[in-house]
Amino acid sequence: MAISRRKFLNMLTVGSAACLTLLTPITAWSAWASDAFNATQSEDAYKNLLGATETIDSDEVKLKVPKIAENGGAVPVSVKTSMKGVESISLFVKNNPQPLTASFQIPAGTIANVSTRIRLAQTSTVTAVIKANGKLYSKSQEVKVTIGGCGG
Amino acid sequence: MKVKAKVKNNITSVRLLAKHPMETGRRVNKETGEKIPAKYIQELTCEYNGKVVFVAHFGTSVSQNPYLAFSFEGGTKGDSLQLRWNDNTGDVDKTEARIK
Repeated sequence: MAISRRKFLNMLTVGSAACLTLLTPITAWSAWASDAFNATQSEDAYKNLLGATETIDSDEVKLKVPKIAENGGAVPVSVKTSMKGVESISLFVKNNPQPLTASFQIPAGTIANVSTRIRLAQTSTVTAVIKANGKLYSKSQEVKVTIGGCGG
Repeated sequence: MKVKAKVKNNITSVRLLAKHPMETGRRVNKETGEKIPAKYIQELTCEYNGKVVFVAHFGTSVSQNPYLAFSFEGGTKGDSLQLRWNDNTGDVDKTEARIK
């Protein structure tokens, strides 16, 4: 089928307009970082999400997660901090097939205190990374996942 | 999506439970031996008064029927919050929750 130049250009315009509408995120916040979420190595996940692999180990990052989890399918985690200027909170599980678990964006006025439930494929270090004032602060803790229903 | 929002001392705390299988894409159907395709929530947002107060991005290792708790400054009793999630297959769920 022959398509005239005019028609072709028209199609392009309509097509790209449709794409733009679809791609424009609902908010001005960064889009879902597929290369970070699909990364299979912690280092790649850090780099793709936060732009760096180095974090400052800080007690200001309060990570609350059980030391022993009987059910690796739903491990309660909460992260909070009293630091100012928090931009985001991210959770990494080192030994999971895809270490980046969740990333929360904290707009001004939202309190840096988030709780959720995550999956652990096996015993692993869980790390919370808080981005505040452009710097990365982290806190890690090991969570043992017991096998069997009796809590080992 | 089940949402509970409560304001106290000018801080609104939100707790929610999104009904979603959160399939990782790595699980195998034991009967057919086939992999169950990935289906998981990628983004969940909460808006109040036209302003985004919270954004969560999830990977596959968030538990089934994700639970979330967060809080933000302000909020008036009786006002509504708009919550929305979308998953990797394009499914969307929206809900409104009244602040109590």
